[in-house]
This record gives sequence, structure tokens and C-alpha cells, in this order.
Amino acid sequence: MSGSDHPGEALLAVEGISLNFGGVQALTDVSFDIKRGEIRAIIGPNGAGKTSMLNVINGFYRPQAGHILFRGERLTRMRPGLAARRGIARTFQNVALFHGMTVLDNLMAGRALKMHCGFFWQMLRHGPALTEEIKHRHAVELVIDFLEIEAIRKVPAGRLPYGLQKRVELGRALAMEPELLLLDEPMSGMNLEEKEDMCRFILDVNSQFGTTIALIEHDMGVVMDLSNRVVVLNYGQKIGDDTPEVVKQSQDVIDAYLGVGH
Amino acid sequence: MTPIRRKLSALGGVVLPNTVLGDADTFPKLLARNAALRGTRPAFRHKDLGIWHSWSWAETYDIVRAYALGLSQLGLKRGDIIAVIGANRPKLYWTFLAAQALGAVPVPVYADAVAEEVGFVLAHAAAGFAAVQDQEQVDKVLAVQDRLPALRAMIYDEPRGLRAYDGARLRQIDAIIDLGRRALREDPAARARIDAEIAAGDAADICVVLYTSGTTGQPKGVRICSGRAIHAVTDSVAFDRLTDTEEVLAYLPLAWVGDYYLCFAQALVAGFCVSCPESAETVQENLREIGPSFYFAPPRVFEGLLTTTTVRMQDCGAVKRWLFHYFIAVARRHGERLLNGQPVPLPARLLYAIGRLLIYAPLSNTLGFSRIRVAYTAGEAIGPDLFSFFRSLGINLKQFYGQTEAFLYLTAQPDGKISAESVGIVLPHVELRIAADGEVQFKSPGQFAGYLKDESKTAATLTADGYVKTGDAGFFDHSGQLRIIDRARDVGRLNNGALFAPKFIENKLKFYPHIREAVVFGNARDFVACFLNIDLTSVGDWAERNGITYPSYQELAGNERIAELLRGHVEEVNRALASEPALAAAQIRRFLVLHKQLDADDGELTRTQKVRRGPIAERYAKLIDALYDGSTETETVTEVTLEDGRKGTICARLKIRDLQLFATATERAA
Repeated sequence: MSGSDHPGEALLAVEGISLNFGGVQALTDVSFDIKRGEIRAIIGPNGAGKTSMLNVINGFYRPQAGHILFRGERLTRMRPGLAARRGIARTFQNVALFHGMTVLDNLMAGRALKMHCGFFWQMLRHGPALTEEIKHRHAVELVIDFLEIEAIRKVPAGRLPYGLQKRVELGRALAMEPELLLLDEPMSGMNLEEKEDMCRFILDVNSQFGTTIALIEHDMGVVMDLSNRVVVLNYGQKIGDDTPEVVKQSQDVIDAYLGVGH
Repeated sequence: MTPIRRKLSALGGVVLPNTVLGDADTFPKLLARNAALRGTRPAFRHKDLGIWHSWSWAETYDIVRAYALGLSQLGLKRGDIIAVIGANRPKLYWTFLAAQALGAVPVPVYADAVAEEVGFVLAHAAAGFAAVQDQEQVDKVLAVQDRLPALRAMIYDEPRGLRAYDGARLRQIDAIIDLGRRALREDPAARARIDAEIAAGDAADICVVLYTSGTTGQPKGVRICSGRAIHAVTDSVAFDRLTDTEEVLAYLPLAWVGDYYLCFAQALVAGFCVSCPESAETVQENLREIGPSFYFAPPRVFEGLLTTTTVRMQDCGAVKRWLFHYFIAVARRHGERLLNGQPVPLPARLLYAIGRLLIYAPLSNTLGFSRIRVAYTAGEAIGPDLFSFFRSLGINLKQFYGQTEAFLYLTAQPDGKISAESVGIVLPHVELRIAADGEVQFKSPGQFAGYLKDESKTAATLTADGYVKTGDAGFFDHSGQLRIIDRARDVGRLNNGALFAPKFIENKLKFYPHIREAVVFGNARDFVACFLNIDLTSVGDWAERNGITYPSYQELAGNERIAELLRGHVEEVNRALASEPALAAAQIRRFLVLHKQLDADDGELTRTQKVRRGPIAERYAKLIDALYDGSTETETVTEVTLEDGRKGTICARLKIRDLQLFATATERAA
């Protein structure tokens, strides 16, 4: 759909990443880049190391070898807080919202990093703290409007159906106004209609805010429609990296997904 | 003779009395009057980004004049048609006013219509312009633009997703208003020009063309002229004593006469404020925030409210549940009598007062009904139980009867004289009669000025002496109120000559919360049979309570126990029919539960959710045959339209069930 090429420079590159947990080799010498403004998909069978890769990018995991280049800056290790401050936001495979808090508060939490008023002012909720809260509430309302979740603004997140929770989680990531958005299986467990809505939102985020997006997805139809380029992982190794059309034809990829006769 | 009277009598029809409006014979003139009389009072409100914004009458007048000037620079002029497609938003209402200020004619189109239907209306009306809400509507119009040679420009409210579109023929409404503002500021002649345009409008101007929902065939464009419209509205405003302090939430479809009348025309005549909800999903919440004093909803909305209330009360703790049921019973005994001002003993009054404190007031508040002074329902028959439930809570719910061709009201119930079966007394200045075949016919102040580009249909609708045929069969009851029984041409006969009024039977079925829709067959048949549609909310709830699991609507509808549940309801209806000798022969002998919900996207319902018999009979011909050939099971493949416009098919195996028939009193005696 957004089939245009993005010749822009790499926003983020991972180079020679290797990650192991004890004896398990999760990632082996994986390198690829994500260009500014593109939608980049990471696919692969179960256990291929996709989520591990996202966790390395935003600093949950520390790789044993390799490094990350973000906006040209070389980082041997990313940390979650640092990633967030530099404009990397993410959603999780298993929704990780604050279940007891309303949708609005969950989204406001996404703005926490951008709030600068001290504890004292926030406690009084007056003066600069109030001005700041109004500013951030406005930003959050734009996200609510964008994702069309006005009707559930004040509903506790835990009470929402799964598809909507996923949308709220995307909202919280968007509230950070990220430069790079990492989406871990944004459509898992959704029905066809919810999937189509989510695709629409992802494309709109990309085209309207110019946000660079890296997403993990199983639904090949979705991947083909959404992404500009696809990285294929299998058993922690990169076995493909090209446009969706090329990747779909690749024998290695077909083998990885369907299995090979021995 | 005032100008209005002279112009209207030139049009023929009813001669109008003097009104209190002075010379305001168009809606833009009413806007100017409101800006002068109550400039600082709110005229429109809209919730956007979580905040209610409001515009006073004076601000609205300024905006509308700038908007009109901007539109005229775009090329809109007297007599042009401008389609308006979208939800209830101030900018779309202002489009009505700005177009009318130039003498152009707005044609609202149902926002949830598919591209095909939008294309039909725009092509038929030969719309030169379209004002739409958002990308979704722009896409629909662009999809059918090959068939719209007259379309010159499109304007939109929400810019989201529209940046990549061709900008030459597509402009934002805000940009048009700015264009007009700049002209007003820089060009002294512009102000005079726009004021002259407004002054040039008169009572004979067509103020809107409303396409009827088309229960039969293609929609027809009903032309309403502004002088007549304003007169009709003035009468109903006086009837319900509406003032400029009323609050209204505009959530009805923009293209429906009810919204144009109740939210737009009444607001301009009475000078009250119209609030636009944040989105279609937030209506219930916005209702609570605004607390309207005048409210309209079709019976199915009240039905939905009662269903959700009942379902949620079943999930409550035992004490709350007991309190609710106890006081609802109290309300059912005394509430309506209190509302009607009839005598009620003191202990009952006290009990009701406690009930109000504990249950009725909080419930009304949750529903957004705390401040309601006048509430109306119309369009379909309302169940007596449902009707009295809301009235017993102290909500002044009434019924009226009308149609698009009359510019809404013909009859309405006065406060205190209410019944669920009738639709009220004939309004002042309306002449209403019952023809020999039972059809209701009328002449009224708001009477339409013919169908757009359809002389033959206009002629077919009028009688030789100038009355409009409603197509509804009805009669006046003992209290002088009108009762509607069915569409005149739907009233048929069984093969044995017995009377068959399908809608009457369907309504009886639909009063059961488990039945969402019913389609009854029987005209020129040996017996009566029917299709039923389950109501997913209430049947789903029943299923949950009774340990039935179901993956989707289709499986739930096909469940044996659900069918037995429905059988009980249908047999109760049969029992009721048996008690009325004229209708006893029309008892339902066989029924089946449909595997899919009847849907407007599939052409089975109109956009106002009325059953379209013709298309249903065609689509489900095989099922109907099975009802009458004695088979107990049948297979079907149905094509359905998905929300994005693609087609899919559903296959199902449906069981047909036979029902018990009841003897009438005379048969029992024999």
C-alpha cells in the first residue's frame, strides 16, 4: 500500500548483534537497518528471535556482541529509559497496560517523560503544573481523536476487550510522539475488522506523523500490505532482507515457514 | 397581508395566519434575528478533543456570513444544489445556513450510506457541490464521481488523511470560511453583497431537499420550501411551549427530516442551543453531560436503553436488584398517573417520592434524562410496556405522527393525554382525514412542494382535491386521537379472506426483547409464517445465564434452546391474536430463525432501520418456499456486504418449526 521507496538515511541500524541466554542462542550476528520514514517488518516462525530483537533495540536485553547505531550514534548498549528519551516507543505482544487506570490515565502515562514540573507543583496541581497538564492533555486528546477512542476515554483499561486494549497501547506509545515506533504483533488475536482498523491506523501514523515503524507480524497479508521492507529471522539468524514481494518468493523463507522435507 | 402570507397563498394550499416571526421567512433571516435578539446566548456546541466548545448566535451569524461569501467565491449561487454528507457537526449545520443564505439548496445525505446510494442521490439531485465530514465520505464521492458530471467542488470538515488528495477540487471548510472572512475585511462591498443575498431569500425558496429512506424503491427527493417549513415549526414550538432555554443533543441522521426539523429548524425558530456529540459512540455519555430538555428517539433506542438497564441490573448485588425491582413496580402502579396529574393516594405519593430519590432520579441521570421536559418517539409502534416504563419514571415521553412530505408533524400527543397505541391529536392548521379505504390523508402548513424532478410521483401522491396521501392506514379512536395500524398497501388478506396486517403482528413480536426483527408473510397465502431475528444483546445474555456457549451470531441463532425460547414468545402472540376475532385467523403457524441479522448494507432494511419487504422476499425466496411447502429444514447461501463494501457469503442450515394455534372465544364456546 505505502509502496513508495524510502531512499532516506538509516534511522537505526543493528550491526552484528548476538544474544544468548545461557546455552540458548537467541540471535546470531544479525544486522539490518531501519530507514527514516519507512515501515519495516520483522517476520519469522515462532522462536525465531523477533521479540528478542525488539528487546535488544529498546534496551531490555543486552546483547553479548554487536552494537546499535541510532541517528548515527554508536551505542554498545541501549537502556529502556534512554531509548524512550531518544524517541523510541513500543507496544508489547501481551498487552502491558495499567489495568486499573483509565484509558486517559494510561495515555497520560505515555507523556510522563515529557513532564518537567517538580513533585511540589504536581502535588498542588496549580500554576506551572496545571499549565503543563493542560498542554499534555491536549496532546493526549489528539491521540484519542486519532485512534477514535473517545467513547472509552474514562473506562479502566482492564475492562476493555482485547482488540481495544491493543489500540490503547498503541495510543500510549503514540502519546510519546516517538520517532521510532516498535510494534510487537499489533494484530495478534484480532478479528478481520479489528485488523483492518489497526492497519489503517499504522499507515496513518506513518503518513501523517512521519513516524518510522518497525513491526513484528505473523499475518503475511498484513505484512505485504503494510511494509516497505521485510527482515526474515529463523533460529536467530537473518535469512532474508528485502521488499515483501521478493521475500515472499524466497525459497529459504518458504522453507522456514513450511518446513523442509528431510 | 404580510409578505409570508402573500407568497404562500400564491403557492396554493393553506393560507397561513400571522406569525410572531415578523418578516423572517427563511432560516438565514431567523439566524440574523436570533443574533440580534439573543446574540450572546449559545447557538451551537460541539465536543472536540474532550472539550465542549460553544458558539453564540452572534458568532454563528458572523461565521455563516463569511462561509456563505467563501462559498459564493467558489461558485455556489442561487438555485445550486449542495450535498451535505456526515455526522451532526456545527460546520455541516452552518453549511445548511450558508447555502440557504445564497439561495442554494442543501441536500443532506445519510452518512452511513454506501457509495452507490450516495452516488444515486448526488446524481439525481445534480449536486454541483458537496460538503462532507471526512476522508471516508470524500472517498465515497470520489468512488462514484464518474456518474456525477455536475459535481464541481467538494469541501470537507476534518482534514485527517486528506493531504495526499488533489487539492484543486477539494478544500477545507475552514479555508472557505477564512476566504469569506478576508473578503469581508478587505472588501466593503462584500458585506453589502452578502446581506443583500440574505435579504433576497423569500418564503418560496426551497430550503432543503430531503430524500426519503425509500421503503419502496428508489429514494425520492422531498422539496420543502422555507416559508411553509417555518410556519409548521412555529406551530409545533408553540404546541410544546419550547423556548430559547431548551437544550438539544443532535445525534439523529442529518439526512432525516426529524433531525432537520427537531434540531435545526426548531432551534432557529425558538432560538435554543444545539449540541453536537463528540462521535456516534459517545452519544450516551454526551447526553448525560448536556442533559437535554427536549429529546427525540425512535422506539428502538428506548428499547435498547431498557434492555441494557435490565441486563445491567441483573448483574447487580442482591440488595440493589431488590430495590430496583420493588420501586420499578411502585412506579408502574403510580408513576404514570402522577405524570398525568391524576389523583393518587398520599401513601403512594410518599412511596413514589422515596423511589425517586433512590432509583428513578439516579437512573434518569445515568440515561441523560434528568432535565427532559418533552421527549418524543415516533416512526414505529412502541410497546405499551416499554412506553409506560419510561413514563412511570417521570419522563414526559409522548408520541407524534408525521412524515417527510408533511415536514414532520401531523399529530402529536398533548401533555397528560397519552397512550401507547395512539399518536395524538391533529395539530393546529393541519387538515387530516381518513379516506374510504382507511388511508390517512392530509393538508398541512409544512406540506412539501413536490418531489425533485419527479412530477409523476408528486401527482400520484396528491389526491384530486390537493390532499397528500400518507400511505398509512389508520383511524380516530374514542378520545379523538389518531391510531396507525399499518401501511395501507401492506394490509392484505389470507387465501380464506381473513384480514392480514403484517406490521401489526411484527410489532407484537418485536415487543419481546429477545426478538430484534420479525418479517411476517401471509398475503395471498394459506396461513401466516414468519422470519425472526434474535437480539444479540439480550439473547446473548440469556444464553450466558443458561450455560449456552456460541462462537458467533449464526450459531446462537441456530441454537435449539433459543428457538424454543422464541417459540414461547410467538405462541403468546398467537394467544393475543386469538383474543381479537378479526385477527384470529392470522395466527402464526410456522417460523424460522434467520442465520444473519437483517442489515441496511444488504438492502434488507432502510437506513432508518425499517424492514424492506420486497428485497427480503427476493433474497430469501427459497426460505419462504420452505415455510410453505411443509419441509422442516432448509439450506441457504446468502450474499452479504461487509463494512468495507466487499461481498462475502454465509451458508446455513435452518430448521423450520410448527406452532400451536389457539381457538377464539367463539370457537371455544362452540
